[in-house]
Amino acid sequence: MAEGQASGYPPELKKFIRAVEKTRPERLARVKANQHFPRLTREEGEKVLKSYHPDYRPGGRRRLKVGANKGEILADEVADLLESYSRIDPDAFDDRLKKPDYETDVLILGGGGAGAVAALFARQNGLRVVIATKLRHGDSNTIMAEGGIQAADRPADSPYYHYLDTMGGGHFTNNPRLVKALTMDAPLIIQWLEDLGVMFDKDNEGNMIELKGGGICRRRMHSSADMIGAEIMRVQRDEIRNHPEEIQVLEFSPAVELLIDETKAVSGAVLYNLETSEYSVVKAKAVIMATGGFGRLHIQGFPTTNHYGATGDGLALAYRAGVPLVNMRYAQYHPTGTVFPEQNFGLLITEKVRTLGAQFINAHGREFAHPLEPRDIASSCIIRECTEKNSGVVAPTGHYGVWLDTPMIDLLRGKGTVEKELSAKYLQFKRYGIDISTEPIIVYPTLHYQNGGLEIDEWGATRISGLFAAGEVTGGIHGDNRLMGNSLLDIHVFGRRVGVKVSEFIKAVKKGNRLSLGHVRSYHAGLIKTGVKTKRVAPILLPDYVRRSAPVYPHKS
Amino acid sequence: MATKARGKASGKKSSETRMIPIYIMGKKYEVPETLTILTAMEYAGYRHIRGCGCRGGICGACATVYRLSGDHRLKFGLACQTVVAPDMYLAQIPFVPANKAIYDIEKLTPDINGIGRIYPDLYRCLACNTCSKACPMGISVMDYVQALLKGDIAGCARLSHSCTMCGICALRCPAELQQFHMAMLARRLYGRYLQPRARHLEQRVKQIKEGKFDSMMDEIMSLSNDELKQRYARREWEPESYENPDWQPEETKYLILD
Ligand SMILES: Cc1cc2nc3c(=O)[nH]c(=O)nc-3n(C[C@H](O)[C@H](O)[C@H](O)COP(=O)(O)OP(=O)(O)OC[C@H]3O[C@@H](n4cnc5c(N)ncnc54)[C@H](O)[C@@H]3O)c2cc1C
Ligand code: SF4
Ligand code: SF4
Ligand code: FES
Repeated sequence: MAEGQASGYPPELKKFIRAVEKTRPERLARVKANQHFPRLTREEGEKVLKSYHPDYRPGGRRRLKVGANKGEILADEVADLLESYSRIDPDAFDDRLKKPDYETDVLILGGGGAGAVAALFARQNGLRVVIATKLRHGDSNTIMAEGGIQAADRPADSPYYHYLDTMGGGHFTNNPRLVKALTMDAPLIIQWLEDLGVMFDKDNEGNMIELKGGGICRRRMHSSADMIGAEIMRVQRDEIRNHPEEIQVLEFSPAVELLIDETKAVSGAVLYNLETSEYSVVKAKAVIMATGGFGRLHIQGFPTTNHYGATGDGLALAYRAGVPLVNMRYAQYHPTGTVFPEQNFGLLITEKVRTLGAQFINAHGREFAHPLEPRDIASSCIIRECTEKNSGVVAPTGHYGVWLDTPMIDLLRGKGTVEKELSAKYLQFKRYGIDISTEPIIVYPTLHYQNGGLEIDEWGATRISGLFAAGEVTGGIHGDNRLMGNSLLDIHVFGRRVGVKVSEFIKAVKKGNRLSLGHVRSYHAGLIKTGVKTKRVAPILLPDYVRRSAPVYPHKS
Repeated sequence: MATKARGKASGKKSSETRMIPIYIMGKKYEVPETLTILTAMEYAGYRHIRGCGCRGGICGACATVYRLSGDHRLKFGLACQTVVAPDMYLAQIPFVPANKAIYDIEKLTPDINGIGRIYPDLYRCLACNTCSKACPMGISVMDYVQALLKGDIAGCARLSHSCTMCGICALRCPAELQQFHMAMLARRLYGRYLQPRARHLEQRVKQIKEGKFDSMMDEIMSLSNDELKQRYARREWEPESYENPDWQPEETKYLILD
């Protein structure tokens, strides 16, 4: 139990909870009779999106002035990231580049899930690997994933439906070839994880216990209680450490620039030692970008579910080297971020909570949306409830939200379900004196996922020779909105594909020998020419929370 | 309206929040009492490089040790989850030295011999329970170590499932065990060898490799955007299993039911 914490909900919120309790028996009876709050039609869904989704409304965005996506309208925070200078002065580096500190076959930037899977497959294909990662090996969004990973492996399901759900969830803006790879490779990947020793939730015969998620028409979500990401990440980290000869991991060593050789191929990177402030040069026959997403940029002033290092570094680095970005217009705001207790502000309440039966309830105790709408629509419905409809609940901190009625779960699925299926969440609230199996939670949308990113083909190759990418840093797989469980899947599918492809690439392509930062010089020249006046540098590496009280991010409106 | 409510309440908050004294590595700072140790350190002007990761109680990066004034006990926790208290003396544990054994999971057998050979220090456990008292995840660490000693790998795997691998148990253990690495191995052995394999998964992988879904994928990829949207709108929804566990879809054209 946490120290010094007056436990549980304050009296003013307990009063609100009574309104939820009052309507619960009736709601329970309806669910048991299979009568659910109606889903919005596609037209209705689009209407709420246009009026309430933070990225569909005007404001908070501007036209980009430089690079491959010049002219496109992006979130200010992303434009800031792209319209900025390198952390290093290319001229001061010329000599350093002649004597690399490390040489390897493949350099992987990022030690989360995508990087780990790529490393394991590259090794299996005979390559020597260096993983350079910003924080500890495994500190990533992957380790935080709670709900599950999709794969169509039950007889009543097929990759066909998985494909359809994914395209629809992404508003049909996805790259179909990437979605085909995603859905067809999915069962293969789950089996690979089983072989590595990942503990999935199974029944006594070994059948996967699978659940639904928002916007998916079949039960397809594989889980490990509510910490599938931690389970997968620690297994992969353990496996990587079983191969110290072939896979070297450099921690606290983020990449700050890519290196390009005289054949215009990416051939390494400059790393920065966060602890000693020294730079080092890695020469590699190919580079895999697996640096994850941008949640810690707090797009539109939102709080985030993301880990400490999720500052969108890979976007800035690859963009400078000439890789275009796709599907960058809309970020994903997860509908259920924690509002209370303040110590968990912005942190995720997994969608699995709703899969298991929790409903969205407003301040008057009324249900106002189907619990499993796609995320962007669910978020928009919550924002509408709290703004236009004025039916939000206000927490003592002044933040508002709606109720997520978690006690429904034990009532529907039997006592003890919450404690067993949502063990990590249960503990996280228990620490602050709230028992989520009997008391509801206050939630509001929180910045969760990047949706778009670097353009890749179905083998994870970018347009720039020698540069591959996998995971949240890439775009096109999920279109404008990702479905639950498709991201853990994508880091595996494309991590594997990239690990395989990179070895073919290295065998087939002859590369240059001279490393250079010429592309950085040109990018700087482009910034000056287009009149971008700024002292900003990117990647920013770590967010700045110093001397700010509890993270409170007012919502720009 | 709601925005206003928020503004008003936020204003109220700042005047009501009490400041309390804490000591970070011996230095005194005044911080708002609602903060966690992690955010209190940031409030005090510290910038985390080590000792911070998920900020949400799952990665184990922020192990922290503290003592409350007037209390003889040394306490442990996760900095991102523990709320500060007046006169808390605290320090971070940025790194826990430990030895992970190297092994080939494919060549191991899921029994005590496998684990005992790889982590022989297991046999040194004194059953003192110091580890369980320190675990910030409330895991009965001693019980999972004892389960391993009895050869109950499944039990160890289940008991240790929410381990963040923060290393606090190992720091506290008078017999110097590295419990969390043993538990890691136990979970992998359990997942790979002791849990029964998913046969429907094996079947599906085979069907995909045999190309049984290829024509369906070709068909769906050749549709116009409008046709695709129509099919999306017409999808048949499977109910949750508590509603109808024996549900069968009406449309079977895109399934392989063999
Ligand atoms: C709380 C939460 C819950 C989620 N739940 C689910 C779920 O249930 N199902 C699902 O499918 N998806 C879920 N997701 C999404 C999913 O976990 C992530 O999108 C996915 O794991 C991203 O993997 P990645 O390897 O691309 O990036 P990450 O796992 O974030 O890894 C990126 C790595 O790159 C490193 N890095 C960053 N910058 C640099 C640099 N400059 N140089 C070197 N290294 C760098 C980081 O330190 C990190 O190690 C969730 C995400 C969050 C945050
Ligand atoms: S078992 Fe040990 S390593 Fe795991 S969470 Fe508890 S104290 Fe940390
Ligand atoms: S602290 Fe060490 S010796 Fe004591 S019970 Fe735990 S593992 Fe055994
Ligand atoms: S920062 Fe991850 S557990 Fe605290």
